[in-house]
Amino acid sequence: MIVRAESGGTIPDDDVLVIAGEPLSSRFFLGTGGLPRLSLLESVLAAARPGLVTVSVRRTSTREPGGLLGTVRSHGVRVLPNTAGCLSAREAVLTAELAREALETDWVKLEVIGDESSLLPDAVELLEAAETLVAKGFTVLPYAPPDPVLARRLADVGCEAVMPLGAPIGSGLGVLDPWTLEAVVAAVEVPVVLDAGIGTASDAARAMELGCAAVLAASAVTRAEDPPAMARALRLGVEAGRAARSAGRIPRRAVARASSPMTGRIG
Amino acid sequence: MLITFNGQPREVPPGRLSALLVELLPASGCGAGVAVAVNGEVVPRSAQAECWLRPGDVIDVVSAVPGG
Repeated sequence: MIVRAESGGTIPDDDVLVIAGEPLSSRFFLGTGGLPRLSLLESVLAAARPGLVTVSVRRTSTREPGGLLGTVRSHGVRVLPNTAGCLSAREAVLTAELAREALETDWVKLEVIGDESSLLPDAVELLEAAETLVAKGFTVLPYAPPDPVLARRLADVGCEAVMPLGAPIGSGLGVLDPWTLEAVVAAVEVPVVLDAGIGTASDAARAMELGCAAVLAASAVTRAEDPPAMARALRLGVEAGRAARSAGRIPRRAVARASSPMTGRIG
Repeated sequence: MLITFNGQPREVPPGRLSALLVELLPASGCGAGVAVAVNGEVVPRSAQAECWLRPGDVIDVVSAVPGG
């Protein structure tokens, strides 16, 4: 049986990603940062058909009615505000509260950056902020270092997913440490979303093959030469990786094993 | 009185937060898609008309922008 997803894609109804009790229409999540112009967002969304779309909140002096939010919402996609750029738990908590008020959602992609050049997360501040936000009723999806122990701690304080990085934000290096990513997947019951580091479709497929429940990409799409084309490629990569993971790959072997029969050969 | 508005010092007359927002942000006011914090605490839209500003208040107004 097939269900028609809100965003227009078709997905088997027994493989729907559910976060915090909510079924999402796709395992590909899109970040909107980095597009050369906002007018591209419409065609990127149409090609990506994402299950979630992230935005940031920043000081404003004007508002664009029907701009960013209008475009995202016209595609029927849930908006996931992030706390990008926050350097402490206190800043991240306030940013999440402002996002909840502005966007009327209690979902948040929690980011607490520990270093402005590497953009790597600060694990200590992250855990503190996660615990505080869960207590305030937020659905918390933390952007985290790829660490199975921290992932378990984040799940234990009530995070509804864990979002380990594959490589630094915007680097396009893919999944640098597949062993650790698999260990994160094994460590927690909540969905694991690969967040950051994706460069191209094979990276997204790899993350899904390693057991991730979803993949989030921003720069890989928005800074590609052709953002809508890359959005489609990553969506297909996520789908292929998920299918391959479910299909059960052959074990790796050190030596060859013929697939054609050895009997009946001429000569 | 002197306040800090989105990181900048501003001289404003005493009054309510809702009036200040209408004056300083005519395009957005305190409508949907915008959130306001005073001294690090979110002031919900429903409370902005009853929020009287004091000298030295730090006000931040945010809305959604593209982000990863």
